Amino acid sequence: MSEPVHVDRYLDAKGQMCPMPVIAVKKAMKDLERGQVIAIAATDRGACRDIPAWAEQTGHKLITWDEQSGVFTFYVEKAGWEDE
Amino acid sequence: MTIDTERDTLQPAMDLDRLIDERVEAALAKRLDAMVAERIAKATKRDPAKRTAAIIASKGTLDMAYPPLILATAAAAMEMEVGVFFTFYGLNILRKGGPKKLKVAPIANPAMPVPMPNILGMLPGMTPMATTMMKGMFAKHNVVSVGELLKQAIELDVKLIACQMTMDVMGFKRKDLIDECEVGGAASFLSFASGAHTTLFI
Repeated sequence: MSEPVHVDRYLDAKGQMCPMPVIAVKKAMKDLERGQVIAIAATDRGACRDIPAWAEQTGHKLITWDEQSGVFTFYVEKAGWEDE
Repeated sequence: MTIDTERDTLQPAMDLDRLIDERVEAALAKRLDAMVAERIAKATKRDPAKRTAAIIASKGTLDMAYPPLILATAAAAMEMEVGVFFTFYGLNILRKGGPKKLKVAPIANPAMPVPMPNILGMLPGMTPMATTMMKGMFAKHNVVSVGELLKQAIELDVKLIACQMTMDVMGFKRKDLIDECEVGGAASFLSFASGAHTTLFI
């Protein structure tokens, strides 16, 4: 984590266990425009693997993530689908 | 003298030809590999089966109701099209008020995290006790209930299919099951599953 990422929406999934963080982020994605960034905060350790896997499968871009005292924050940019 | 000259001029030309051939071949092989990989990647990306999951939920205990619903909701969150076929005891999950009634059996379940001989699981009251314990453990760790997972599955458009044959055998009416499910048989599940790379029997 070097520069702060511009965040359009913040999603608090702290305390939620698998599979709720990915469900929450999938639902939150609906309200975002292409190119907008969502920050997801989670405490479920499984989310470290799940959010990147979710991003890879859905095509959204995981910009970066960080961890501060047990809270993982993932920064995901919503992808556009025009090129498909 | 003349022969020598001819050979001297001919040899480099042949070497050059061979060199060109080799280079072209190598470049072509490289380009072709990249093109083929690109085409395959594009095809698999478009492959709808990669984005489809077909799951069978065949168990009706509290512990075994979780895996199909967790995987179904996670797959749906990953933008996959998901169908869950509820058959045999798994059909209890789709009964109205069913998720609340699911129990975990301590008997013949040596993995049960209870420090007592497994045979005691046969005593009256042990199943409700084990069920309460497991629900407490899940709640303590913030794991959502089976009912909540089912609600999420419905919200995420997971296709819930109730097994017609099980309904007949167990005497369930359509109205005994939640409105959001549909009713089908082995063939309708298989027809759906034939278009899915991910198929799970739980």
